[in-house]
Amino acid sequence: MTPALQGLLTIAIGVSGCVGYFYLSNQFLDKVLFPPHGPNAGRNINRANMIRPWLFLFPALAALGLYLAYPVVETLRLSLTERVPGGGYKWVGLDNYSQMAAEPKFWEAMRNNMFWLIVVPAMSTAFGLLVAQLTDRIRWGNFAKSLIFMPMAISFVGASVIWKLVYDARPAEQDQIGILNALYIFFGGAEPQTWLTVPFWNSFFLMIVLVWIQTGFAMVILSAALRGIPEETIEAAILDGANPFQIFFKIKVPQIKTTILVVWTTITITVLKVFDIVFAMTNGQWETQVLANYMYDKLFRANDWGVGSASAMVIMLLVAPILVWNVRNARKEME
Amino acid sequence: MSDIAGTKPALRWVVHLSVIFLVVLWVIPTLGLLVSSFRTADQISSSGWWRSLFPSEQNLTLRSAAPETQALENGLYVIEGALFSADEQATISRWGISSRDVDAFEPGQTVELRRGGTITVDAVGNYRMENSEEFTGNRGARIFVTAELPPEFTLDNYQKVLLDQSSTDSMAKAFFNTLTVTIPATIIPILVAAFAAYALAWMDFPGRALLIAAVVGLLVVPLQLALIPLLKFHLNIGIGKGYLGVWLAHTGFGMPLAIYLLRNYMAGLPRDLIENARVDGATEFQIFTKLILPLSFPALASFAIFQFLWTWNDLLVAKVFLIDATGQTTVMTNRIVELLGTRGGNWEILATAAFVSIFVPLVVFFAMQKYLVRGLLAGSVK
Repeated sequence: MTPALQGLLTIAIGVSGCVGYFYLSNQFLDKVLFPPHGPNAGRNINRANMIRPWLFLFPALAALGLYLAYPVVETLRLSLTERVPGGGYKWVGLDNYSQMAAEPKFWEAMRNNMFWLIVVPAMSTAFGLLVAQLTDRIRWGNFAKSLIFMPMAISFVGASVIWKLVYDARPAEQDQIGILNALYIFFGGAEPQTWLTVPFWNSFFLMIVLVWIQTGFAMVILSAALRGIPEETIEAAILDGANPFQIFFKIKVPQIKTTILVVWTTITITVLKVFDIVFAMTNGQWETQVLANYMYDKLFRANDWGVGSASAMVIMLLVAPILVWNVRNARKEME
Repeated sequence: MSDIAGTKPALRWVVHLSVIFLVVLWVIPTLGLLVSSFRTADQISSSGWWRSLFPSEQNLTLRSAAPETQALENGLYVIEGALFSADEQATISRWGISSRDVDAFEPGQTVELRRGGTITVDAVGNYRMENSEEFTGNRGARIFVTAELPPEFTLDNYQKVLLDQSSTDSMAKAFFNTLTVTIPATIIPILVAAFAAYALAWMDFPGRALLIAAVVGLLVVPLQLALIPLLKFHLNIGIGKGYLGVWLAHTGFGMPLAIYLLRNYMAGLPRDLIENARVDGATEFQIFTKLILPLSFPALASFAIFQFLWTWNDLLVAKVFLIDATGQTTVMTNRIVELLGTRGGNWEILATAAFVSIFVPLVVFFAMQKYLVRGLLAGSVK
């Protein structure tokens, strides 16, 4: 059977299975288990209404529990154990963590991740805010925004290919085909640079790829927030003689502070998970390792599930403050 | 209201110019790859893609027609022809007949041939050789030209990457594999999440607030944590690596965002509508399918686009849950990474393969941008 046919069949089975489950389980509840008539009609209706939400929720909860909640616990367990040759696991306490902490590659990944965490959210948010503000009042603003938003649709892998061409280097005597080197030579650079192999700075060339992708996201959200600012505050500032920069930094930015924070944290999470860009462009060579790629290396190249899981827990730990913050905000909003 | 782009014309110019600059900065990298995918390997490696957009000056060695085509006109032997075909539109600036002096003459000049007779070449490449005696030999005369040629593009790369079955660079199979992953992985989570979102938005039960908080929390759990536990789980229950596994994984990973987006949207629907339906005796199932689902279309579309883009562009989940040692189920992102490794210098293949994979999301993006923006605005936790 061809995969395409298999795919169609899966859609059919999946969709009809879902609909069938919801329909039949509701029918069963109303017709068989607690029919809303007969001697206990009132009690039955109440009981049916208590159970029904869980019928609606069950498949989703099962998926959430199995694919997201259980792995957190299981990864924690794996990070504290070691595979015994021949099968089974042995409790090793924090050995995996101390082994990881002894590896220079891990600290290289941590150091790079810290730079990623500062540079990418900051630059994406700043560029996003800049574009949102600049395009707010010009007639072709929507067109400009849609072009800057476009990289959002491009895969990290596709973006890696796009930027590898930008960073391409040819020997000095040839014409440069990477635009960065062509500009570099044009503005008086002596030798063409292989940008991705220059230690320390090469990480920043990888970050640019993610900034390029994430700016559109920041722009869309911040642009909506800017439009939501009450006009009276700005009119009042103009009457008081504020100049455009004062209006922007002293009136507008403070009013969209929470949105900026939301954008910042959302991009932070994306950064912590970034894998494809590093994997495709340098694969962690030349001191560009990051946590997610380090973890992939450990899990699937070194086949070391203990240390791999330990590094995954480090990522989880870094995400945890944002998770708590989000949950608290969501609860506050619902009250 | 007047602000930065307000009253001062100078400032307005600065705004326009800065936006133009930013847009160009953002578009150029993609444009470079797009242009490169329409160039031959030689063109890509000999000059930057930005040069190919403009006419370029090239030195060419061409040859006139062979002496056997000569005709006798008024006592003169004549060979006539064109150096370029009609659709090439070249403009010759200099030409020559000796390899030591390739730009000796201007177009239109008439000069002596070494073996007797004269030749003239005009600016568009028409030449005329005249001789009072018969031209001899079996090959035409060499003509060196410095000509400005218009940009030249080719579809050969796409032909090779998409249609050529025998080519090892073929993306056709990976394209269909990607499609096979994407469509069920987009449709199934929507359905599952919609039911749950309705329960969380409009049904009363103990623990509802807690569940919503849990969904918000799971929204940010890195899927990296799920790789090993779930791969183990899939291997244990016999799914192994394959489409079923990747569909289930995408369904699970997409679930928090789907529930969150849909619940927020459904909670905003007018209360009267649902209360009235309940009073009229509609069952919850009927309310959901007849009322809520059609009304929630914008939110469903938003999530569908997210999930589509995310599953189409995904590399990690496919690598872990789908692609086995045989490589029969490879997806496009994985093919491109492989090509980056093995054919890092073959930009014509890489650029084309990348664009084949980028093309579909871009179409979806531009066609449904409205819903994507709406989803982003609803989806970022406020």
